Amino acid sequence: MDKVIEIRHLSKFFGANEVLKDINLSVGKGEVVSIIGSSGSGKSTLLRCINLLEKPSGGEIIYNGQNILAEKHNVSLYRRHLGMVFQQFNLFNNHNALSNCVVGQVEVLKRSKDEATETAMKYLRNVGMEQYIHAKPKQLSGGQKQRVAIARALSMDPDVLLFDEPTSALDPEMVGEVLKVMKDLAGSGLTMIIVTHEMEFAREVSDRVVFMDQGVIAEEGTPEQIFNNPKQERTREFLKRTLK
Amino acid sequence: MTYEWIIRIITENWPMFLRGAAVTLYISLIGTVIGAAIGLFAGVVRTIPVPERGFKRIFLKIVNGILTIYIECFRGTPMIVQAMAIFYGSSLLFNLDMNRTFAAIFIVSINTGAYMAEIVRGGVISVDKGQFEAAQAIGMTHWQTMRNVVLPQVIRNILPATGNQFVINIKDTSVLNVISVSELYFMTKSIAGNNFHYFESFFVASILYLIMTLTVTKILHRLEKRMDGPESYSLQR
Repeated sequence: MDKVIEIRHLSKFFGANEVLKDINLSVGKGEVVSIIGSSGSGKSTLLRCINLLEKPSGGEIIYNGQNILAEKHNVSLYRRHLGMVFQQFNLFNNHNALSNCVVGQVEVLKRSKDEATETAMKYLRNVGMEQYIHAKPKQLSGGQKQRVAIARALSMDPDVLLFDEPTSALDPEMVGEVLKVMKDLAGSGLTMIIVTHEMEFAREVSDRVVFMDQGVIAEEGTPEQIFNNPKQERTREFLKRTLK
Repeated sequence: MTYEWIIRIITENWPMFLRGAAVTLYISLIGTVIGAAIGLFAGVVRTIPVPERGFKRIFLKIVNGILTIYIECFRGTPMIVQAMAIFYGSSLLFNLDMNRTFAAIFIVSINTGAYMAEIVRGGVISVDKGQFEAAQAIGMTHWQTMRNVVLPQVIRNILPATGNQFVINIKDTSVLNVISVSELYFMTKSIAGNNFHYFESFFVASILYLIMTLTVTKILHRLEKRMDGPESYSLQR
């Protein structure tokens, strides 16, 4: 399988605090990888290191054969190949739903306004938000915002889509609508890395599950292995706490 | 008899009052606009993230240093003193004979700029960090992020403060009478100097100041409402 992203010996310090220790992880093309673990285990930091919202302290991130942590590597150029969906949605407050999906395409990818609008509409339709294109973020519910945010990320035609706890800030009745969109995406062959607390969802859609604990990858394997036959004691402990 | 004198002063001197008010409005409007532009520039430069090393770091450090000196000097001294120092200083030191209106606009602009720089900096800081991150995650450069996402929000956020500054400028241009700019206070002083009815003359001036400041406040409130857009949105079919 072609590797899209390969992480080698990645470490991250916040001050003297080592929050990521010697992380090795590779993600293949079309693979859906879920990262689970308790709060503070470093999973969000790892995701944010992948698109350099946090600067890794050491190690390598290989994207399409190139080490993007090398000096002089163009960060903006790299980031446009990765889509990111945030826990807090982070839709641009000064743009309506459609414009949120258009502005990046026009500015970063230099697409024409018409082409960008067409692409944006396609993905807004996919997430079921085509009726709300004129609405500003503050006029939308959490679930609606997150669906627009997913459409915005998809509009950039990314190679990899990163999800940072996309349902954690949602009211319970809105979690379903977002997970359904993500499930459809996972089935479409898109490469996805998902940090999540939704265990059922992770088990259902992932090709591979990574369990993190105290800044290290404690265990990884197929959903079957992790959820039914965890090898590590701490994985068993974590699952016992979260799966009631 | 006061009331009669007020009527008489208005009927006899209204062209002078109006000319004074027009000059006041002109100087404060241009000064606020230029000042806001200076402030926007300075505020944005001061919020550029400084890289850890390299030429750009040194350059930014120097520019930031200069901007800090500018802001502190003009915020820390009275405008009346700046007016005297700049107007007489320019002719003494550089042999420059400044046009009085130009000098007035210059002084109001750089003063407003110093205040607005801090207001803009606060405006940029108050934009949610997630907005920057989302723009960066899409692959926008710092400048693209600023132009498309952050600055439009900053401009909306600083609009009330800019309006406030405009109102302050309408009142504070009166100190420019020390360099004989023919604004409203200066005109009123010469009208009162002729008729010796100081209270009545300055009563008329206060009404004029009040009309100007209230009108400006009202217009800016309208502008804010318009920028916020409609409360509701229509569904697309």
